[in-house]
Amino acid sequence: MTSGDPVQPPRRVDRAGLVIAASLAVLAVVLVWDARGLQSAAMYGMGPEAMPVVVACGLALLAIVNFVDALRGNLPARESADPVPVVLILVGLALLIAIIGFGGGFILATSALFVTTSAAFGRRAILIDAIIALVMSTLIYLAFDRLLTLSLPAGPLERLL
Amino acid sequence: MDTFAALAHGMAVAVQPMNLLYALIGVFLGTAVGVLPGIGPALTVALLLPVTYKLDPGGSLIMFAGIYYGGMYGGSTTAILINTPGESASMATALEGNKMAKAGRGGPALATSAIGSFVAGTIATIGLAFLAPWLVDVAVRFGPEDYFALMCVAFVTVSATFGDSPIRGLTSLFIGLTLGLVGIDKLTGQARLAFGVPELLDGVEVTTLAVGLFAVGEALYVASRRHHTEEKLEPVRGSLWMTKEDWKRSWKPWLRGTMFGFPIGALPAGGAEIPTFLSYSTEKRLTKHPEEFGKGAIEGVAGPEAANNASAAGTLVPLLTLGLPTSATAAMMLAGFQQYGLNPGPLLFAERPDLVWGLIASLFIANMMLLVLNLPLVGLWVRLLAIPQPWLYAGILVFATMGTIAAKPSVVELSMLAGFGVLGFLMRRFDFPIAPVVVGLILGPIAESQLRRALAISLGDPMTLLQSPISATLLGVALIALVAPFVLKGLGRFKANED
Repeated sequence: MTSGDPVQPPRRVDRAGLVIAASLAVLAVVLVWDARGLQSAAMYGMGPEAMPVVVACGLALLAIVNFVDALRGNLPARESADPVPVVLILVGLALLIAIIGFGGGFILATSALFVTTSAAFGRRAILIDAIIALVMSTLIYLAFDRLLTLSLPAGPLERLL
Repeated sequence: MDTFAALAHGMAVAVQPMNLLYALIGVFLGTAVGVLPGIGPALTVALLLPVTYKLDPGGSLIMFAGIYYGGMYGGSTTAILINTPGESASMATALEGNKMAKAGRGGPALATSAIGSFVAGTIATIGLAFLAPWLVDVAVRFGPEDYFALMCVAFVTVSATFGDSPIRGLTSLFIGLTLGLVGIDKLTGQARLAFGVPELLDGVEVTTLAVGLFAVGEALYVASRRHHTEEKLEPVRGSLWMTKEDWKRSWKPWLRGTMFGFPIGALPAGGAEIPTFLSYSTEKRLTKHPEEFGKGAIEGVAGPEAANNASAAGTLVPLLTLGLPTSATAAMMLAGFQQYGLNPGPLLFAERPDLVWGLIASLFIANMMLLVLNLPLVGLWVRLLAIPQPWLYAGILVFATMGTIAAKPSVVELSMLAGFGVLGFLMRRFDFPIAPVVVGLILGPIAESQLRRALAISLGDPMTLLQSPISATLLGVALIALVAPFVLKGLGRFKANED
């Protein structure tokens, strides 16, 4: 799904396409399942459960069409993709979420994201990037928290400022 | 006559020193962010939305106008100098503009695109000012069933009619519609698709979705295929100014581009892609220098750039008068309005004329500022383009997450941002269009409430949709627009001919 198969010969079953079709079908099922728990309170017209069912029908139809497309190998050609940088950035986002969640504050969280993203794009000077990131996010924090009075989450570093 | 009075009043609002300052900040920020590669106007507006949280509605909408036009201007600078159009509407510009830059004529390319944008933006804003009151008069007669039908037209044209693949466009739209269902149903107070998570009760935030899909998705996508492309920044060599010959070859394409851009933008036909390519192929046919096309013909920059800007102003017509966003950028503007509890439409013209006309007037001012500021400042923007890619994308992600952290610093919201980022990455990888998701999210709930209102009035009789002549016509148009691409197999064929 992410990498591997660099150039596929055309007219072959596209496995990623099958996964897309299946995901759409699952989404449709979830919609109907969720709509079943709703009470139709409207006396006239449609209640809250009607629209999810309509959308689910559309999704189911699209799942079928996407499925047929995938079987015929009709998806547009894809270039190979490198999963390593993608995973690195996602790790950065996970770090950011964790640091914010545990009260580590804005500066540490965004610095972690900055360093991992920069590494994902091929930089290897992690120490220098970390210093740049800390200075930059401190400046952003001061500019937005103090000047524009947006409230950004504070952690140990922010309390020193 | 009324228009002149209203516009004059709007001008008086827009030239207040504070509002001029907001417009200036907007233009400056919009250009600075828009010039970064991979960032189009929609993302520019989405990223800068949190910055305007604390301003008053009038000032912040004026700042938006600046951000909007600034983002468009910045996008074309990137397209010309490094051939990475931030959005499909700049693709035609990149075609000839980058060739011009390679041939050492980057200066005139930037100049013709700036002046062309100014000409087109000004004419189109005049068009907007005169068309809007007329459309408002029509729109007040719209019942809920007519609005619902109109939204169906927008859904179809945005997703199916003009894209490369109607199937993939509709798939994107339905993902957006699904996301639009999340949260408390406004009519009955019941939670839909919230799965017991309190943060989901308010629904999916448009900015979170847009920033996730556009910024995080783009960063992931570019990172995943870094080994394929080598971006090359063309230095601006030689004179910035256009020669007499350049002027002679530019002014007609500017006007023709405007003629394509404004009407197509004003129709709910979704985005600037069609008019820019129409303009490109027209200029290619009419030019006296056909040998230069493909090697850097100035007409090929002047026309599409004008068309792009004119259609941007055109999309404001349905947005302001009907509350109908027909492009990702317009959807973000609508989110900006909603941030202040304002709903664009005929009512807003009646209740807050100062706000609407102040916005329209400040479009003129933003356009003027861009022309005066940006040609001399082009050196600064070029330096922004020279930021090394690792720092650039790291910075973009920091700024992107900052918006969410400032608005809702919760783990759930940030996880959604990351999740939408992955979705955006996968959609880019498998060639699904992004804009229909955003339009579906923002327009889906409105369409649903209009439909339910219409059915409540008609005591549940669905025939009400066909009994109103307006609604019946619009639904017919929507049906034709849905079926046409399957029958004709490729309204987008003219695009393939260009390569």
